[in-house]
Amino acid sequence: MRDFSYLRAGNIEAARNAAALPGAMLLAGGTTLIDLAKCGVAEPSTVIDISHIEGLNAIDVTADRAVIGALARMSHVADNPQVKNLFPAVSEALWQAASAQLRNMATIGGNLMQRTRCPYFRDPQNFPACNKRAPGSGCSAIGGVTRGHAVLGTSEACIATYPGDLAIALVAFDAEVDLGERKLKVEDFFLAPGATAEQEHDIRPGEVITAIEIPGSAAARRSTYVKVRDRQSYEFAAASAAVGLELEGDGRTVRDIRVAFGGVATKPWRARAVEEALKGQMLDEETVRKASELAMEGAVDHGANHYKIALAPRVVVRAILKLGETA
Amino acid sequence: MNDQVTISPTTLSVHLTINGRDHALEIEPRVTLLDALRDRLALTGTKKGCDQGQCGACTVHVDGQRVLACLTLAAQVEGREITTIEGLADEDGTLNAVQAAFLEQDAFQCGYCTPGQIMSAVACIREGHAGSDEEIREYMAGNLCRCGAYPNIVAAVRQAAQELRS
Ligand SMILES: Cc1cc2nc3c(=O)[nH]c(=O)nc-3n(C[C@H](O)[C@H](O)[C@H](O)COP(=O)(O)OP(=O)(O)OC[C@H]3O[C@@H](n4cnc5c(N)ncnc54)[C@H](O)[C@@H]3O)c2cc1C
Ligand code: SF4
Ligand code: FES
Ligand code: FES
Repeated sequence: MRDFSYLRAGNIEAARNAAALPGAMLLAGGTTLIDLAKCGVAEPSTVIDISHIEGLNAIDVTADRAVIGALARMSHVADNPQVKNLFPAVSEALWQAASAQLRNMATIGGNLMQRTRCPYFRDPQNFPACNKRAPGSGCSAIGGVTRGHAVLGTSEACIATYPGDLAIALVAFDAEVDLGERKLKVEDFFLAPGATAEQEHDIRPGEVITAIEIPGSAAARRSTYVKVRDRQSYEFAAASAAVGLELEGDGRTVRDIRVAFGGVATKPWRARAVEEALKGQMLDEETVRKASELAMEGAVDHGANHYKIALAPRVVVRAILKLGETA
Repeated sequence: MNDQVTISPTTLSVHLTINGRDHALEIEPRVTLLDALRDRLALTGTKKGCDQGQCGACTVHVDGQRVLACLTLAAQVEGREITTIEGLADEDGTLNAVQAAFLEQDAFQCGYCTPGQIMSAVACIREGHAGSDEEIREYMAGNLCRCGAYPNIVAAVRQAAQELRS
């Protein structure tokens, strides 16, 4: 790991000023930054420690909305009784991510900024070609081992999967990210690679995430996060789904439904075609199965990741039927 | 903490509180808590497995919470209470209930993952995440054991959790 100078920010203003310096990177939990610095991917000249800033870790939940400070730890948000009660998919996405130790360190702001787990991206010594790391250098994954790579939202420049769990639940429920001067839909905060794979987030130098805000809804109250992976725990998703459901008074007809995918796309992926196909419909297995297939329209595989095209709709079916059963 | 940003020179003076004792260190900013413990303070009970946050061998407590020392900068935990495996037993050598349960249940083979397992288990029980074998497996998933002593580890955590509850 290359050495850097260390700054401790006492408040957000100081953090913003320091973050605007060239070569500066913020440090919150460190579970992405220190890891990538060890891989030789992140090479900050200055590390700005924001973890000592006070007042940025509040978790404030009402039926109307949840406001979660950028420095709130993943474990605290996952275990918060109000979050569990009013936004179960958010709690489930968090406790199924990483490990207990990592969740005690990792912050909500840092979580949104985590980088892809593409093994070529993480290994600059052996794989110099990576458009995400070095724009214009090519992509080592295309033509390589692609079992974990994305099938939706890819480009000729990059096919790396967005690895996180929390953001999948956030896009399903129209959450926003607060950058101080600007507030963005989480869905718009994440950028698909296109021709500029190096730009993963709509964040500018000197901007600091201060909070996320999730509007409350009946669908958010009746929601779940289903994560399928290569081992039972402590693993990134092979495919995952955040789903929320609101039924009409008859208990069978869909009034509102939210569907978002993880593990299969280059960014947190809202599946509006599936939602539209199910609104106003009766919730039976055949209808749900057919609608879920719509999510994979336009999917492109690279051989070894072909299985995701079959797997992802089944994960959504499982999630929706699970919610349908819980009255 | 003042409102200003403090810029560090090439080496930092860092004061760490480890197992109730204060230590003053002169270190480069990039030194992790794990390397500070093992290489500068001769507290080698905390193990280095992957050095990348993937195995749990380096688990310690910061302000009572389990974290990974390999992804924590030493400079970052100034002013926090750090507990390592060396600080778990009582002054007179009486073992912590989890340490005793690991011995009784033979919850290790080579022993390399054990300090991390024990630090993780102490926190797991304290968090209230040791209610069933299934819950123990989920909340201990961040500690890998290359020897595969998992069934005995779960038994040890279950035993210690029961003892601490009664
Ligand atoms: C072994 C392992 C397994 C994992 N498994 C999972 C998993 O299954 N699911 C999952 O979702 N995640 C997983 N993760 C990723 C983990 O969730 C992230 O590393 C973590 O959430 C990042 O948060 P942090 O506070 O540690 O970020 P840091 O490492 O401190 O920061 C990450 C990045 O965000 C920037 N940053 C931090 N805070 C802010 C802010 N407030 N405003 C603007 N920029 C900021 C930093 O400059 C840095 O570039 C795993 C990580 C590891 C190491
Ligand atoms: S898929 Fe993206 S991150 Fe992976 S090597 Fe190609 S350009 Fe880099
Ligand atoms: S050495 Fe820290 S997790 Fe492996
Ligand atoms: S006892 Fe050998 S690694 Fe766990």
